[in-house]
Amino acid sequence: MTACLVLTPLIGVIAILMGRDPKATARLTTTVMLITGILLAGLWAMGIREGLSMDPIVLNKPEIRLGLGLYDGMSVIMMLLSVTVAFAAARTGSCEKRHEALWNISLLLIAAGAIGAFISTDLFFFYAFHELALIPTFLMIGILGRGERKIIAWKATIYLAFGSIVLLAGLLWLVSSSGTSSLAFEDLLKTSIPSEDQQGIALFLIIGFGTLVSLFPFHSWAAPTYASAPAPISMLHAGVLKKFGLYGLLRLHPLVPEGMSHWLNLVIVLLIGNILWVGLVTINQKRLDLMLGNSSVMHMGYIFLAFAALIEAGSEAENPVAMPAAILLMFAHGVTIAMLLGLTDRIEKKTGTLDLRNLGGLASLTPRLAFLFGLAAMASIGLPGLANFAGEVMVFIAGFKGWQARSGMGSVQIATIIALWGLVISAVYMLRAYRKTFQGPKGSHTTKAEDLSPSERKPAIFLAFVLVIVGIFPNLLLGLLGDSGSESSESRELQPPSKQVLLPDPEPKSQQAILAN
Amino acid sequence: MPAYWLEATVVILGLILLLMEAFGKSTSRELLRRVAIGGLAFTLVPLYFAVAPSPDNAELSRFYIYDNWAVFFKLLAIVATILVLLMAYDYRRVLNQFTEEPGTDHGTGEFYALPVFACAGMMWMASARDLVSIFVSLELVTITFYILVGYMRRQVGSLEAGVKYLILGALSTGFLVYGMAWIYGVTHTTNLAEISIAIADPDSGIAANPSPLFFGLSLMLLSLAFKIGAVPMHLWIPDVYQGAPTPITAFLSVGSKAAGFIVALRILEPFFASEITRTQTTLIVLIMAGLTLLLGNLAAIAQTNFKRLLAYSSIAHAGFILLAIAAWHPGDAGSLSTHQVVSLYLATYLVITLGAFFVLVVVRNSESSDEISAFDGLGQRNPSLAACATILLSALAGLPLTAGFIGKFFAFQLAISSASANKALWLGVGIGFIGVAASFYYYLKVVRAIYWREPANEEEVPVPQISRIVILSLTALTILFGFWPNPILWVIGG
Repeated sequence: MTACLVLTPLIGVIAILMGRDPKATARLTTTVMLITGILLAGLWAMGIREGLSMDPIVLNKPEIRLGLGLYDGMSVIMMLLSVTVAFAAARTGSCEKRHEALWNISLLLIAAGAIGAFISTDLFFFYAFHELALIPTFLMIGILGRGERKIIAWKATIYLAFGSIVLLAGLLWLVSSSGTSSLAFEDLLKTSIPSEDQQGIALFLIIGFGTLVSLFPFHSWAAPTYASAPAPISMLHAGVLKKFGLYGLLRLHPLVPEGMSHWLNLVIVLLIGNILWVGLVTINQKRLDLMLGNSSVMHMGYIFLAFAALIEAGSEAENPVAMPAAILLMFAHGVTIAMLLGLTDRIEKKTGTLDLRNLGGLASLTPRLAFLFGLAAMASIGLPGLANFAGEVMVFIAGFKGWQARSGMGSVQIATIIALWGLVISAVYMLRAYRKTFQGPKGSHTTKAEDLSPSERKPAIFLAFVLVIVGIFPNLLLGLLGDSGSESSESRELQPPSKQVLLPDPEPKSQQAILAN
Repeated sequence: MPAYWLEATVVILGLILLLMEAFGKSTSRELLRRVAIGGLAFTLVPLYFAVAPSPDNAELSRFYIYDNWAVFFKLLAIVATILVLLMAYDYRRVLNQFTEEPGTDHGTGEFYALPVFACAGMMWMASARDLVSIFVSLELVTITFYILVGYMRRQVGSLEAGVKYLILGALSTGFLVYGMAWIYGVTHTTNLAEISIAIADPDSGIAANPSPLFFGLSLMLLSLAFKIGAVPMHLWIPDVYQGAPTPITAFLSVGSKAAGFIVALRILEPFFASEITRTQTTLIVLIMAGLTLLLGNLAAIAQTNFKRLLAYSSIAHAGFILLAIAAWHPGDAGSLSTHQVVSLYLATYLVITLGAFFVLVVVRNSESSDEISAFDGLGQRNPSLAACATILLSALAGLPLTAGFIGKFFAFQLAISSASANKALWLGVGIGFIGVAASFYYYLKVVRAIYWREPANEEEVPVPQISRIVILSLTALTILFGFWPNPILWVIGG
């Protein structure tokens, strides 16, 4: 049944190739995916986990299986993120009639690739599915992108290809030194890697996955790509596909804990680069789309902070907050950035520009757009009551967790303190961008603009709904992680404290009051 | 039936075709093509039932080996020849422009008979286990190609290609024979099994002074580099690929290369098996692999002609296979052996490359050009052909979920797992990854032409019936093997 999640979009692609109406097919397909995804998550939460997966052998030696199933709670949450964003992406943006087929096929292929990577239970297909997005992205940016689209298309493709190749080297090394003959996670995670190999493997994995997640200094492809790509593509890329790198690091960390801890300080320096350097770059952006692209790169720094906390602790059992923190923030960030990018596309549609100097005073013309954008912007800053807040608080808790165990401050704790300043930076750029776009005197392009039509509103409202629900009840997601039947259930016992921190806070009403001002 | 009848059947088929061409009443080549394709397809049946010649027949079994690899490479040769003949069918319009009476198929009969002889040569190469039979079968293939490459004799490009191929081919033959003479001089035998024993003997003179042996091996590898398209004998490839008739280019890049690799595996096997020679042999092959990878991938970047691009890509692929050979591994319970990886790689390469050449023939028929610019706007002029071309090009680049990834994945896996024993292999792996990164660029250049560029005209590109079926099935196989490579492993006996 899990395989349906990948099969549905592929059937959609074939239907479009056979001449079905592309738009309607893509919408129907993503709806089916969303329903299937929620259903599967529900079954998972109820503990019904048998018979949902498949793993036919596709190669005997070494044993490779086309394993599609829900491996653990992390897979379930990433799968939910993918179907959520795909659902919204299929309903965002528009193009000329002659490009419609390509547009929707690309969208479905990228969605299929992302979901496939998250629900693969075999290392081979985990890697392979991610690459499904490469060609569609290249074509969509090159044909339909904004600005210097051809250069950006090449840049993104070459960066992503470079990252994937470094990653492949790391994965192959990992497989060969684990000595396993089966590439299924189940078997692979049982092996142990000799410590002399761990260091090299970990570096390859950090650089490979890091490039895909736009870890500083391999981040320069990301912002222009998200700014240039058509809205649904950048939503899927920034919201979902990028999380593949983090997902991979979290998944494979148990295999190379010693190697990773050797590079702990490197990771910390790089993630501070993400938060501070890219944060300052973001403040200076003059275009809304580039600002969002950079902010997305910056926020990856927080998730890496959770990862650094995990590295410091050495295993999940030592720091039980780190993993859920990273996963929750990945989910929240994915939904938020997808919503922001989708709405940005609408702003361009309505006003014809994304240059912050030409925008202004849009809120009086398009109150609904202003409200939804404001909500997403607040979520991105980390306002309590929305999903990101829960994630960020947990990240900071995870960052300080190691402090109790050790005597004194470690590098992770110092990084956490520095990263807290990132919150100020993100408040500065988000609020400034919001003010320049929606408030103040009218700019040259904002003398008249229509508000969102009902069909344009729907995807944004859907994503906002998800943000609020997860913000108020983060345990809806974290509960999926909690009772992972397969492994390390004892390590989750320490989780309740974090819930206590999170639950008293939500105040959705007061936050709407802020927006109303 | 004994396996050597297979080669006999194919040679007889070729002779029948020649006789039909000379004495048949009809001037049409239609019947000739059908008999050639049908006859080869029929050969697949006895291939299934064939058994190795009995060991009692000492003289024959000295020359002829029939194992898993022989079966597999014979199969590759036959399938490649059938597809090439099908391609020749749709290429006939171009071919007929350069005959004695342009526009007719007068004088093109041999064009359909000679590939059958080449096929027999390749099949024999797959079974050769003696330096003498290697030489004879290799020459049968090469001499056939001398004629085929220059077949469009009223076109300057084809003639130029023919001359270049002849000169370098003759040179490489010289190297081969000279190398064999040295090996014979050192080991006193031409049989590979006996050579294997001779060079593994730690008490012989070879262990004390292996230089003459390596001199001979290097000369033979030079000659094999000509066959498989590796540095330093790669110079002919771009020009010959560009000038030769496209089906022959495809044949060179698939059939001839595959046959070259099985011979290379057979010759190198004793050298890798022996403790005395393993280190140096690894080094020699690794240097070849590294240079081939670098040159093939980097030179391809600048190409504007699609055939030349495929020529450099063919060099680059030879580099990946050589990397797998340099990382020699006899195979164990958990991983593939070098033989298996090379076979897997060549099988997927055959499917993808022939698909790409079929697309080229279709575009060439419609645009009269082999340039990448002939693909401009194909996405609008024929979306399904464009989709197939995109999938095939991504597969050549080695994108996951296509057959192209499988070959590269295992080549690299082999190299990385052997690298723990021999650190020099890391260099090869590094160069290989640079090559893969570069290859993304040049293959995507064609994808860019297909989708980004505006077409020169709006007419739909017509696809002949045979090409349509073959392109669709090869594309489908490319995707199928990307998900499910096991069938290839069944054939090669994993």
